Amino acid sequence: GYFSETQVKPSPKETKRQLCLSLSLSISVSSLHSLSLYPMDAHVAQLQMQYRNYILSLYQQGFLDDQFTELKSLQDDGTPDFVAEVLSLFFDDCVKLVGNMARALDQTGTVDFSQVGANVHQLKGSSSSVGAKRVKGLCINFKELCEAKNYEGCVRCLQQVDIEYKTLKAKLQDMFNLEKQIVQAGGIVPQVDIN
Amino acid sequence: MGMAAAEWKFHVLAVDDSLVDRKLIERLLQKSSCQVTTVDSGYKALEFLGLRQGIESNDTTALSLSPQEANLIITDYCMPGMTGYDLLKKLKESSALKNIPVVIMSSENVPARISRCLEEGAEEFFLKPVRLADLNKLKPHMMKTKLKNQKLEEIETPSDDENGTVAAVEPEIKDSVEMEIIKMLPLQSETEPKRVLLQVVQQEEQMLSNNKRKSMEQGLSTDRPRPSLEGIATAV
Repeated sequence: GYFSETQVKPSPKETKRQLCLSLSLSISVSSLHSLSLYPMDAHVAQLQMQYRNYILSLYQQGFLDDQFTELKSLQDDGTPDFVAEVLSLFFDDCVKLVGNMARALDQTGTVDFSQVGANVHQLKGSSSSVGAKRVKGLCINFKELCEAKNYEGCVRCLQQVDIEYKTLKAKLQDMFNLEKQIVQAGGIVPQVDIN
Repeated sequence: MGMAAAEWKFHVLAVDDSLVDRKLIERLLQKSSCQVTTVDSGYKALEFLGLRQGIESNDTTALSLSPQEANLIITDYCMPGMTGYDLLKKLKESSALKNIPVVIMSSENVPARISRCLEEGAEEFFLKPVRLADLNKLKPHMMKTKLKNQKLEEIETPSDDENGTVAAVEPEIKDSVEMEIIKMLPLQSETEPKRVLLQVVQQEEQMLSNNKRKSMEQGLSTDRPRPSLEGIATAV
C-alpha cells in the first residue's frame, strides 16, 4: 500500500510533458476535456475539486478532526512525506495494539483488564495525535468498558476499533492516491479550508 | 560577532514512549527552528545528558566524559518505568542538570498532576496533542539562552567599542526576560515569578564566573558549534 512505500514524485514539468506526449493514447482524460484547448488544466481542476470534496467529506463524516489539519500544516516542501510517515506509524501502532488487546482478551483464565486498558490508553493517545477522530472516540468508550471490566463490551469495542482503523486507512489511501494523480497531471495539491 | 552565533541552534531533548508522538514533537520543534533529539524513555534521556545509572545524581562526577547538551527537555508524563514526573525529579536533584528548563506533556488534564509538576520545577505543562502555538511559549527560553550565548561572544571578543555597550545591554536583557517569564507562568502565585526572576539573575551573574568550571566539568562536545570560552579563562 501507499504507507509502506517511499514515493519519489516526478517533477510536475516532467510529468506534464510525458502526459502531453501520451495524450492521444491516454484513457484517463475524460472525453469532454480532450476536445478543449487546455485539457491538462481542466483535468487538474476536476481532480482538485474531487480532492477537495473528498477531504471535506472525511471531516464531515467525523473520520478526521482539526488535529489532522495541524498535521498537514506541518508538512512543507522540505518535508513532503511527513503526513504519510506519521500516518504509517499510526497504522503500525494500530496493528500492534489491537493485537495486544485481542491476546489480552483471549485469555482462558482471568482477563487482565488493566493490561487491555494500558493498550487502549496508548491507542487513544496516538489516534488523538493524528486526528483520527472516530478511532479516538471508540477508545474513550473502550477505556470505560475496561474500567468496568465489561468483557463482552470490550470484545465488541475491539472489533469496532479494528474495523474503524482499517476503514480510515483505506480512506486515507484514496486521499493520497488523489494527491498523486493531481501531481502527475501537472497540478498542485490544494490546501483545503475546513471552515 | 562570530560565526557561532549564526550556526547555534536551540537544542531540545524530547522524551516520549510513543513513536507517533516522537515524530510529531520532532517536527513541531524543527518547525520552530530547534535542533531536536528524541529518546523513548527517561533512562535514555538521563544517559544522553551524561548521568550514569546507579550513581547519585548529586555527585558531580556522575557526569560521564562526554555528556550531550540540551537547552530544554520536553517529556511525556505517562511513560512505563520512569514517568515524566520521575524524570523531572531526577533532573532537579542533579546539580549539573537542574537548570535545564523542563516541560511536561500529557494527554490528560488532571489539575493535581499539573500543579505537582509545576511545583517540582517544570516550566510549562502542555496538553496533548501539542500544537505549534504551544511551542511559542518556549520562545522566552530560546531568547534567554540565545542572549546568554551572544553575551558570551561579546565578552570573548572585547573591543573599545563594545565595552560600553555590554553594560548597557545587561539591564535590557533582564527586563525583557522578566516580562517573558512573568507571561509564561500564569498558574503560579504572585511570589513565584519573583523567585524565578531571582534565579535567572543569579544564573546570569554566576554564569560569568562559572564558565571556566562548567567547560571543564561538562566536557563540551566539540561537534556542535559553541562559542569559544578560551578568551574568558585567560581574562579571569
